[in-house]
This record gives sequence, structure tokens and C-alpha cells, in this order.
Amino acid sequence: MRINPRLEQNAVKVVLMVLTATTVGILLFIIVFILRKGVPVLELSFLTRNPVDMGRGGGIFSTIVGTLVLTLVAVLIAAPLGVGTAIFLTEYTWENRVTRIIRFGADCLAGIPSIIFGLFGFILFVTKLRFGWSILSGGLTLAFMILPTIIRTSEEAIKSVPASYRQVSFSLGSTRWQMVARVVLPAALPGIVTGIILSIGRSIGETAAVIFTAGSALHLPTSIFSSSRTMAVHFYILAREGISMSNAYGTAAILVIFILIINLLTYYLMERFIRKYS
Amino acid sequence: MNKLERNERLARLALLSIAFSAVSVLAVITAFIFTEGAPIMFKYGFKSFLGGMNWYPSEKSFGLLPMIVGSLMVTLGALVIGVPLGLSCAVFLTEFSSKRLRRTIKPVIELLAGIPSVVYGFMGVVLLVPFIRRTFGGPGLSVLAASVILGIMILPTIISISIDSLLAVPRTYREGSIALGATRWQTTKMVLIPAARSGIVASIILGMGRAVGETMAVIMVAGNAVDVPGSLLSPVRTLTSNIALEMGYASGEHREALFATGVILFVIIMVLNTIANVTSSRRKV
Amino acid sequence: MTTAIRVKGFSHFFGSAQTLKGIDLDVLRNEILGVVGPAGSGKSTFLGALNRMNDLVRGSRTEGAIEIDGKNIYDPDVNVAELRRKLGMVFATPVPLPRSIFENVVFGTRLAGSRGRASLVELVQDCLERTTLWEEVKDRLDASALKLSGGQQQRLCIARVLALRPDFILLDEPCSGLDPISTAKIEDSLRRLKEDYTIILVTNNTKQAARVADRTAFFLNGELIEVGPTDKIFTAPDDRRTDDYLRGRFG
Repeated sequence: MRINPRLEQNAVKVVLMVLTATTVGILLFIIVFILRKGVPVLELSFLTRNPVDMGRGGGIFSTIVGTLVLTLVAVLIAAPLGVGTAIFLTEYTWENRVTRIIRFGADCLAGIPSIIFGLFGFILFVTKLRFGWSILSGGLTLAFMILPTIIRTSEEAIKSVPASYRQVSFSLGSTRWQMVARVVLPAALPGIVTGIILSIGRSIGETAAVIFTAGSALHLPTSIFSSSRTMAVHFYILAREGISMSNAYGTAAILVIFILIINLLTYYLMERFIRKYS
Repeated sequence: MNKLERNERLARLALLSIAFSAVSVLAVITAFIFTEGAPIMFKYGFKSFLGGMNWYPSEKSFGLLPMIVGSLMVTLGALVIGVPLGLSCAVFLTEFSSKRLRRTIKPVIELLAGIPSVVYGFMGVVLLVPFIRRTFGGPGLSVLAASVILGIMILPTIISISIDSLLAVPRTYREGSIALGATRWQTTKMVLIPAARSGIVASIILGMGRAVGETMAVIMVAGNAVDVPGSLLSPVRTLTSNIALEMGYASGEHREALFATGVILFVIIMVLNTIANVTSSRRKV
Repeated sequence: MTTAIRVKGFSHFFGSAQTLKGIDLDVLRNEILGVVGPAGSGKSTFLGALNRMNDLVRGSRTEGAIEIDGKNIYDPDVNVAELRRKLGMVFATPVPLPRSIFENVVFGTRLAGSRGRASLVELVQDCLERTTLWEEVKDRLDASALKLSGGQQQRLCIARVLALRPDFILLDEPCSGLDPISTAKIEDSLRRLKEDYTIILVTNNTKQAARVADRTAFFLNGELIEVGPTDKIFTAPDDRRTDDYLRGRFG
């Protein structure tokens, strides 16, 4: 018995709509739930005071600092390395087996779970190189974690600059570096920056790699060799040890808000990027 | 133009060094993981490692089978939840909704990809686990809980990439089909989804990779008992959780065994990624 | 008229495929040389050989010589960037860079080291006047060049080339895709520009060559079949194939 196609379509449409609404609903619910329970905790003192009594009281100031410093170290290392590599691969080499292997390697490492990076960082930085649990260990580990992503997104941004731009630059007598610096990079910049910002977002939420390399010390970090706790790690510890639910919610809310801001930034930048070149 | 030529040479050298350093880093990480983890697997034999049922590090018993099964079950569960929901969403947003709706919802979904995994885990602990305990019995910390949470976590990956794949199908396919009298759904079912198949499959495989590699959320809701789970409601420990839970206090051969776990994970993910790459590049239309 | 460029037995290869076969051709100073031929005949490759843009393509290889001012431009000690400033190129699709009109015009000079703005204002005006674009844009030199129409963009690209004070202007099907009015404006500019520059114009449109070029060269399958005064080429060419092409018997 053949089903009337129109009927089938309408039925399917309803099913799909319901499923989509469910999906979006679930996802939105998570954000709303966290914000509703966490925002009330976010008074100024929560953000400016250090944790007290293992996090039962006080605020999360030192963890905010820890997060920012750790992310900064990671980006300062990974961004130049990643963008430079991307430039080299796209503009200074012909496409050959070596570049393909490099790209494959970067793609693979982009998919490696963070716990493995944590493992790696723990053995190499914390133990073998004796940096101990420190911002240095954590920053380096995070940097290596986001490096493949930065290479990939930068490459894509650079590749999407029209070939005609390069042609014109050369035909007007530029050297390769001039072309890269004056034409390609400015044009690719929104895409590159977007990739970096997304990596920052990933670093902020990262727990597994950080907890085993930067440790979980609650005090304000004093140097790059200090151990430090990030917001994500703090949140994890609060939740898992059941130390303080309300503080946990507060920390989660801050994390979510950070991510929201980062994503909005990224979205806005991408819009500018697309608008400029279509 | 000596200055220009000099700058050009400098730039080339600088970029070469940078690229070389970055590539070395990538190579070092890979090599490191393997050199730290491989020896112990050879020492105890692959069979006992991968097939052993008993994980008692203090007694030098390093059987990973419960964890391997755990990872497998939890990942499959995640796919059971994530793929139908995700694909439905993708199909609905590309073929059955307005462009504006898609433009508003897609960023929201991408936003959710950025939510830290610990937050997802937390939601699981606070809402899902008690619910399972009340409704189905058992401890609540279970395969089911982990599957649901992971399923939700991989939704953004599956949805985003599937949407992109569907959108990449040439307009002529749609138009041709409709011109032959097919409804939108018939077009979608018989023309578009097959055409976008490689991208959709790639998205699922990538989602699988994410599920296999997820650690923190799973630790919070899965129960972490070192036993092959007997049912959906039994607690379970995955390969990733195994590493994270024990690394803090492991030493000697125990630590090496954890590294070996890492190697296995690494290989699994690499295989998945390669398959995903191959399927998505085989987009010969 | 004196010889500005002497092409001597010049061949070009992309890998194993030969794209130009033993070209012998003189380009005379201050002439407009039209280059016509069907698609794939090597016209664009010929242009790219003159300013060595072909070098940028992987697998590019040459034999023979091209002499400008008595020197073979393929000698190893030739400064290629300098060469490309002397032979300015305009492409088929206008490519304004994402900058202001002013910055587009001076882009080449900036590559060569110019700074600031005051010293360049006169230059910009001169170049834009020569391409009849000045009146249309003089009040919005700082507006984005991307907002200009296709014809205006192409004239901007020509002005950009002029700013480098080249000796030669190489144009590769510059009016394809432009409306007749823009095409006419560009052809007018070329007629006036030849006083100060030597112009080589590759065109798909044989009628354009007939309108504008002093001499015309016919390429077919990578070979130079015939070159001579435009009148003669179009009315009484020596070679049968030239006649066939120009009459549209093949294309």
C-alpha cells in the first residue's frame, strides 16, 4: 500500500519539528538552568575575593586570574607558532607529500582527547622537565593542545583569500613576503582571529589537561612556576567533592557567560569577514 | 632592492623555523605517547592487556577489557541518542525551515559546542542521575546516564557538519527532483541525504571520536566501577576515565599501564579521524 | 619605429606540455600590438612570459630569449620584481584590493617603498585622469574600491599599473565582461596612453583589435602564425589560417 507522498511529508515534517524543538530545547535548557541558578551567586565579592575554606566560602578571584594567565600563556605560544606554520604551508611550499603528512598530523592531533594531552604534559613538563605543577606546565600543554586547531583554521582563512589578490600583488612587483604581509594576512585576519578566539574558548573550559599539569592550588599565582587553579578545575572539584553547590553554580555561570561572550565575538567577526569578501 | 631581498630571505627563514618547530612539537607528542606506553604492552602481551578482565594495578594485573567495553557501550549509546536527534535537526533546519530560523538556531548550537564538558557532567549529576535512580532504579550513575550526556554533547558536531554537507549539495539536485514532481521530503530522502552521505557519515564519525575521548563528564555520571556493565543501569568505567581517575596517584608500572591506555585511545581516535577524512573527501558528486 | 621588445625563438613549457613554440616577434615602441587567437592558443602565456608571471606556476620552463633594452629578461641576475614594475599587467577580471581607491592606485608604489600621502596625491590624480576615472571618483578617493562598478574597477586597475611609471602595459582581455560603454572608455584611454607607453593587448574580440591595435599578431596552438599592420592582417593576411580565424570560420 503506497502512502500518499503529501501525507508522508506532513507527518515527517511534524516529527522532525518535534525532534528539533526537543534538541534545541535541551540545549537551551542547560544554559538557562545554569544561569538561573548561578547568576544570583555572582555578586561583586564573589568575583573579587579568593576562595576560602577550600571553596566553601569566599569567591573565585584566584581562579579567574589562573584561567586568564594560563590561557594567555597558551595563546602567546600557540598563536605565532600556528599562524606562522599555516603561512609557511600555504604560501611558501608547493603542495606535496610532506605538506600532506603535516596536515594529516595536525588534523589527527586536533582530535586527540584532552586527557591524553594531560598525560603527556604531566610526564614531560611536570615530571621529566621538573617544572612541577605550574602555569608553565599547564600553559605549554594547553598551547600544544590548541596548536593543531590554530594551524587548521589559519590555513583555511589564508586559503580563502582569492588567488587573484596574490597575482595582482606579484604583478605589481612585490616579493612573496610583501604579498603575504600586505595582502594575504590582512585579508585572512578575521578568519585567523576567529580560530584563535575559538581556541581560547576551548582553553577556558578545559579541565582534564589542566588539572594534571597546572595543579589545583587555590592561592593567587605568584610566578610562572606557581601552581594555579582554573575556573573549570575549581568548578569540577566543587561539584565532585560536593563542597558547595551554590558556589559551583556560580562558577559554572561565569564559565558559561565567558563562552557566550567569546562565541558572540567570533560570530560578529565571521560576519565581517564574509561581508567583506562576497 | 637589497633591503627587500633581505627581508624576503629573513621572512622565509623565520617561517621555516616556526613551521619546523611546530611540526617537531606535533611529532614529539606522538612519539612520546607511544614510547611511554608501548613497552608495557609488549611486556605483558597485547592479549592480556586488551582482553584481560581484571584491572588490579597493585597486583600487576592490567586487563583493560572492562574499560574497552565500557567505552564502546557508552559511545554506542551516545550515537543512539545523538544521531537521530542530530540528523533530524539538521534535515529540519536545512530543508523544512526558513533561512532565518536556521541562521538563528545554528549559532546557538555552535555556542553549545563550546560549553565545557564539566558543565554537561554537572547537569548530569544534578538532574539526570537522580532522575534515572528514581525512575529506573539502580544507582543512577550508569551507562544510560553517560550515554545520554555524551549524546547531547556530540549533537553540535553532528548537526553542524551535517547541515554544512546538506547545504553543499548543488541546487540543481533539489530543483531537478522537484521538477519531476517529488515532494520536498521525497527529495530529501531519496536525493539529498544520499548525496550528502559522506559528509553526514563524517560528522557521525567525528562525533564518535568526541564521545570516545570525553573524560570529565563521563567521570561525573558513569559510576566508574571496574566491571563489565551488566545492563544499561550498571555503573561503568571508560578508558578515558581510567586514566584520569588513577593518574593522580599512579607510579611505576601502574603509570606505564595508564600510558598504554592512552596509546590505545590514540590509535582508536586516529583510525576514526582517518576514516572521517577519507569519507568526507570522497565527496565525488 | 624602434624595437622595444625582441622575442627570439622563445618557447615555454608547463611541465611536459609546450604552450609556446619558437616565437619570434618584435614589439615596437609606442605601438599598440593586438594579440588575437582562439582559446588555448598561448596568448595569455605569451603575456605572462613577458613579465615572467609564468614563473609563479609550478613546472614552468622556458627556452630562447626575450630581450628588452638589449638584455635577456631570463638571465639569472635579472631582478624580477623590478621587471614586473616595468611591464605592468592588467588582468581579465578587475581585481581591486580591499582598500580605498587612493590606496589601490598607490599600492605598487608602496611596495617599492613610498610612504605618506602628500607626495602621492599628484601621481594619483595623473593616473586617474589618464584612465578617465578622475572625474568620477575625485570626491571619494578614500571610499572602498570594492564599491566601484566593473568598468570603473578595471580602469582603476589600469591606473594602478600606471602609478609605477612602467614602460609597457600588458592587458589580458581587459574588457571581457564589461559593458560597451566601459569598453569604449578603456579603448579611448589606450589610444591616448600609447603616446607614452608601449601597449600589448591580448583580446578575444577580434573587432577590438581591429579598432585599437596598430599591429596585430595571430597566435594558434602556441605558434605565432603571422604579425603585421592591423589593416593588412584583417584585409589581406599572408596565411590562410589567419584569414579563416578572422572571418570566423573557426574560433
